[in-house]
Amino acid sequence: MSDVWEVLLTLLGVLVVFLLFPLVVGQTEHKVMAHMQGRVGPMYAGGFHGWAQLVADGVKFVQKEDVVPAGADRRVFQLAPAVALLPYLVVLVAIPFAPDGGVGEALDAGIFFVLAVMGVGVLGSLMGGWASANKYSLLGGLRTAAQLLAYELPMLLAAASVAMAAGTVSLVGIVDGFEWWWLPWQLVGGVVFFTAGLAELQRPPFDAPVADSEIIFGAYTEYSGLRFALFLLAEYAGIVVLSALTAVLFLGGWHGPYADGLGWLWTLLKTGILAFAVIWLRVTYPRLREDQIQRFAWTTLIPLALAQIALTGIVKVVI
Amino acid sequence: MTLAAETHGFLSPTGVEIVFLLTGLVTLGAAVITVTTRQLVHAALWLVVALGGLAVEYLLLTAEFVAWVQVLIYVGSVVVLLLFGLMLTRAPIGRSPDADSGNRWVALGVAGAAAVLLVTLVVDAFRTTWIDLDEPKGTTDLLGASVFRHWVLPFEALSVLLLAALVGAIVLSRKDGGAAEEPVEDPAAADDGGEG
Repeated sequence: MSDVWEVLLTLLGVLVVFLLFPLVVGQTEHKVMAHMQGRVGPMYAGGFHGWAQLVADGVKFVQKEDVVPAGADRRVFQLAPAVALLPYLVVLVAIPFAPDGGVGEALDAGIFFVLAVMGVGVLGSLMGGWASANKYSLLGGLRTAAQLLAYELPMLLAAASVAMAAGTVSLVGIVDGFEWWWLPWQLVGGVVFFTAGLAELQRPPFDAPVADSEIIFGAYTEYSGLRFALFLLAEYAGIVVLSALTAVLFLGGWHGPYADGLGWLWTLLKTGILAFAVIWLRVTYPRLREDQIQRFAWTTLIPLALAQIALTGIVKVVI
Repeated sequence: MTLAAETHGFLSPTGVEIVFLLTGLVTLGAAVITVTTRQLVHAALWLVVALGGLAVEYLLLTAEFVAWVQVLIYVGSVVVLLLFGLMLTRAPIGRSPDADSGNRWVALGVAGAAAVLLVTLVVDAFRTTWIDLDEPKGTTDLLGASVFRHWVLPFEALSVLLLAALVGAIVLSRKDGGAAEEPVEDPAAADDGGEG
């Protein structure tokens, strides 16, 4: 019976992380944005710095009416938020956070699993964009698809580079093989991976698919209430997953002083810093235009990723 | 304690085999709906179910790597490309009465013939061979060794084929490349086009 309990406990742990971390990132985003822009934001709910504002927002979302537009494709419209959110929950299972079995499920082809399942989440936005029967939503869906197609390639190439360096496609194996000098060696790949991930999550400055001044809110225009909150949650869960993945692949995950006992803390710290960077970028960079987004992917990121792969190959042959 | 019988056979299926069969039925059903539904985008979404079902089948056969690549390439990229293409057209919500090409019966015939051929081939090739999956047969290790040791020539030939397709796509999408083949209206323009 102990096996069953172990699996259940793992799943429960993943679920708690999945429910908690995106909210923490969301709250951090509110506060960081407020301070970077020299304003305080909501400060009363809960007392200390308005920490309970997020809970209040959640209650507000639940109370709102869940509207499905008359012309919409009802079932696809209602299914879309779940399709957008669930992949990130599944991905969390495979991310190692501590040495010696500190992972939900050690997969043989972990890196492929993670990237494959993350790509599925975009289907949710596409379904929502199409099923809303709204031209702005459709445009948002189109932009989402174009962006995914452009940025999936550099992301995969950068991940392939680090897999080459470690000689394995297992996430656990990659972290185990990490040495400090991988940091400068895989630096370009890391930047490409992180940037492409940002674009895949449609975070600023790559948020043309939800550009509110052009197409209202893209694929999510017609959503309200809990379903809209689920899309928002998917975005924050995406930030957590992307930051954790970048930390594991390029920053050494649990490696650090006293890694045996404090490995999980190092993973958490690196993930947190990257998540902060995601928020920071949102506050500091203006939105790229749609054609700039495409050009950036095809003419900058892909050549960089290919150069990184060449470099990885050369170094790998030499040593 | 094991519930499976000592000998392998059709009458004593294990849990994995039952799940494999059920997933196969779901995949088949989704595939049939994909080609029969009159709602264009729904067809693409049912295709996701069919391709995902196939990935689950690979997983059950312990071919983990193939399963994830299936999800990555087909669900993550091909279907997104399909949806992108559909959204560029009208992609109406609801039924499209003109979604039938009139080739329905021919397509059914071709599909039936292909199915009969494949099933015959597979049945004839393996007969009653029993492949024990207790030890994974499709790990990344084994697959990589097999592709790059025994099947490296087909692999390279395929990549050349893909490269050719890529170059072809670029040639087709270049505007000045197409101008040279069109009937010449302006001699100067034709000269310019000839260089591309």
